[in-house]
Amino acid sequence: MTPPVPVVELTGIRKSFGPVEVLKGIDFSAYAGQVTALVGDNGAGKSTLIKGLAGVQPFDEGLIRFAGTQVELNSPLQASSYGIEVVYQDLALCENLDIVQNMFLGKEELKFGTLNEPAMELQATQALTRLSVRTVKSVRQKVSSLSGGQRQTVAIARSVLREAKLVILDEPTAALGVAQTEQVLNLVQRLAQQGVAVIIISHNISDVFKVANQISVMYLGQMVAHLDTKQTNYDEVIAYITGTKTQEGVK
Amino acid sequence: MSEKVTSLASGHEGTLGDQVRGYVGRVKGGEMGSLPAVFGIIILTAVFQTLSPFFITKLNFANLFVQAAELTMLSSALVFVILLAEIDLAAGVTAGVAMAVFIQLIKAQGWPWIPALVVAFIVGTAIGLVIGFLVAKIGVPSFVVSLAFFLGFQGMQLVLLGEGGVYRVEVPAVLAIMNKNLPAAGGWILLVVSALASLALSIWDRRRRSSTGLVNKPFSMIVIRLVAIVIAGSFAVYYMNLNRSQGNIPIKGVPIVLPITIVVLAIGTFLLDRTRFGRHLYAVGGNPEAARRAGIKVVKIRILAFVICSFLAVISGVFHASRIGSVDGSAGHTIVLSGVAAAVVGGVSLFGGRGRLAHAAIGAVVISMIDNGLGLLQMPAGISYLVQGGVLLAAATIDALARRRNGVVSRN
Repeated sequence: MTPPVPVVELTGIRKSFGPVEVLKGIDFSAYAGQVTALVGDNGAGKSTLIKGLAGVQPFDEGLIRFAGTQVELNSPLQASSYGIEVVYQDLALCENLDIVQNMFLGKEELKFGTLNEPAMELQATQALTRLSVRTVKSVRQKVSSLSGGQRQTVAIARSVLREAKLVILDEPTAALGVAQTEQVLNLVQRLAQQGVAVIIISHNISDVFKVANQISVMYLGQMVAHLDTKQTNYDEVIAYITGTKTQEGVK
Repeated sequence: MSEKVTSLASGHEGTLGDQVRGYVGRVKGGEMGSLPAVFGIIILTAVFQTLSPFFITKLNFANLFVQAAELTMLSSALVFVILLAEIDLAAGVTAGVAMAVFIQLIKAQGWPWIPALVVAFIVGTAIGLVIGFLVAKIGVPSFVVSLAFFLGFQGMQLVLLGEGGVYRVEVPAVLAIMNKNLPAAGGWILLVVSALASLALSIWDRRRRSSTGLVNKPFSMIVIRLVAIVIAGSFAVYYMNLNRSQGNIPIKGVPIVLPITIVVLAIGTFLLDRTRFGRHLYAVGGNPEAARRAGIKVVKIRILAFVICSFLAVISGVFHASRIGSVDGSAGHTIVLSGVAAAVVGGVSLFGGRGRLAHAAIGAVVISMIDNGLGLLQMPAGISYLVQGGVLLAAATIDALARRRNGVVSRN
């Protein structure tokens, strides 16, 4: 089931802010077509790890392999050139623009030097259709008229449009109600089915169990466990997160 | 491109009735655009026509267009910065300084008018560049930067022109803008060209959508739009082609300022609606952080907006000099506030990200009508300011309420 070569593979990642070592030699992998959950308490270093992958805050030490090749991630531009897309918690959508305009923001298609609206509308519609999104009324709806779940949907669909190979979702369900959380989790699974490697950060462990294939647990700057969702349970994950349990061999 | 599109709508589907219902729904949802201002124009026309026999006359009709043109241009200039939720209080004095440079190059240096005008536009654009740089790159609030320039440039105008200096504009081409009219045929040609251009653009858009396999709005919408343009335009052109002179020398025809204004508005609207720059401008106005993360060069967009604002403001300065026939040290001091008022009244949101140039034009007509109508009723100037202030307050309140209804406030 698991493909042999991970889309992204981190080995011995270290990062310090002044005297404080935030990442103490992290090993981590994410695979195409799989959802990998990254969990851990506040201050465990999840955000720092993600910022490094996004190229926003480069790591100090360690190896990054992307599809088997060693790469450097020193800027957001570099990260996006490898097909790494981050869907941030605070969404980063323009409410005054419609869905199509948001999905193509910064990557507008042009024809004769002017915006090629039909082409963009078609591609946006196709991307949403591929993800079986049916909750939005019209692709020309303004984002201001969308619910939180629909906005999250647009943000995720945008990464599909950009042909991302690795999509990192930062707390995608944090602000959502029950039904919308369900929709977004389904969307995350469909995203993985498209062959994308998905990393999801979440504090909601039951969400994680619904959607993730693997769970990687961080504790105070170290990776304490890589668990297969099918072979673990809620209590075990909580025990790793809170530090009451440690796994030998995983650092 | 062969994949079939089925499940998601684009807002282009359905009959004419569906489209109308969709529009009503959007208005109810708070996307009113310039609808309140259009109602304002209808109400003001009715009120002033009842109160003054001079309001709807051939002379006043043309006068109103000429007055509104100057304000429309300044208001359109301001739209570019208001869309970013910024303000340029110095737009009026920027035009004033540029025109002072223009007249001094002609009077004191003996330059021909064309290079002098080019230099005036360069000066205006440079001022916009400096304001934009201070706002976007350094991070000084635009209110403060432009207020500083507003104060400083009043002094600059006096330095350039001398205390109490008033210089007559003796350039026929500049004077013609506000004071001369197109020949009768010119007005009709303007109407035909405008209508055809609008029609051609609509059909071009439909073709592109069809060839991509997308649904189009009902064709009847284009026809209705065209008919509306032709009827309203024909009435205006016909009316303005009648002799409106109260003396012996006939005055008739569409004022030259009108085609100039239409062309500038058309180019500006094209820039905002159909280019990457326009899209990015709206994006930065809506959510600068989202724009930055999408790879948009926010600083560059902001600076460009101030540059365009200053450039268009200089055009309004040329209109002003043409209308009053002279350049003096007080030009542009008060009009900038009317310009902001016109934009907001017309439906441009001060919160940024929402608004069009057409809104500014409609708002400018409302403000000009108030000024013009109350003047005809021989009301003191104080009353006009009071009414304008009231209308601005009402418009800004509608804007804030619409924003709240859109659910934007609760998310911040």
